[in-house]
Amino acid sequence: MIEACLRWSAIALVAAIGPAVALTRDPRAQAITLTLYGLALTLLFFVLQAPDVALAQATVGAVALPLMVLLTLARMRRMDRDRDRGDDEEER
Amino acid sequence: MSDRARRIIFFVGALPLAALLVLACLRLPPSGRGGSSYGDVINGAAADERHAADAVTAVNFDYRAFDTLGEEFILFTSVMGVVLLLRRSSEDDTEDDTDDKSANRQAPPTSDAVRALGLALVGLTVSFGLYIVTHGQVSPGGGFQGGVIIATGWMVLYLAGNAQTYCRLASPSLFEAVEALGAASYALVGAGALVAGMAYLANYVPLGPTPSTVRSGGTIALLSVAVGIEVSAGFIVLISTFLKEALAERQDQ
Repeated sequence: MIEACLRWSAIALVAAIGPAVALTRDPRAQAITLTLYGLALTLLFFVLQAPDVALAQATVGAVALPLMVLLTLARMRRMDRDRDRGDDEEER
Repeated sequence: MSDRARRIIFFVGALPLAALLVLACLRLPPSGRGGSSYGDVINGAAADERHAADAVTAVNFDYRAFDTLGEEFILFTSVMGVVLLLRRSSEDDTEDDTDDKSANRQAPPTSDAVRALGLALVGLTVSFGLYIVTHGQVSPGGGFQGGVIIATGWMVLYLAGNAQTYCRLASPSLFEAVEALGAASYALVGAGALVAGMAYLANYVPLGPTPSTVRSGGTIALLSVAVGIEVSAGFIVLISTFLKEALAERQDQ
């Protein structure tokens, strides 16, 4: 009984946070909600008795994924600015 | 296409998908009782045959070690791809000067509290990672998870110290070599079985005590450490490469 409750609450948590990630408009804020989603998935895997997978999800979802998203955004901003600068020079 | 039409198309696709997912969840087998006989066989065999208490690690690094070899090289190749893609051309090469700079304001100095907590956490994080890497055959974990945790230690180092210290301690050329070493040692440990006259990646090292401890599992422990080295170095290379981008961006502003 308790097991079923835990399992369904974990599934409900994942179901609630998933759309929240999709509805976050600012990509930088999205990187943070994505971590929360990873945490919910970790809980779900743990409740479903897959501790190995939960551990992998916790490490990758909490560290590697948001970091890569944030750093990629930094890179894209820089590329955008470089391109804008190039356009300005052409106009002159 | 109008907003309305797009929304209708979305719901036509999404509602049946949601219904199917709920149906699938309702039919999940009860926890602890899987439907596959392979799982039961492995659960029964791993502890006796391989002296490994964690059946998942026994599958990853022994029964299906060849698959893990492939996965390891997938990671290796993707790290190489990122490094190649983000390689900065020599004309805009300003990476020797990695001070935190920005046009309008100085980067806020790291507070003493963050610095002290960070430095305390570096050692803790790295030793926890090492624990996870070496105890894969005993408890959940293994080379992959532990490797990422070790790489997190370097991340904390960046947060606690400054970019210069970080770049000195995480030189990509060094860690690229370490990563290659990790990947190669996985393949070589597997090849050792050929020398012993067994199949590639067969478990030829003495299995050690049972019930399992750090020294149990034979090649399971060795392969787990090899993956740990490869993954941690690979992630450190990835983080450093991306961070260099971010730092270069800050300088440009």
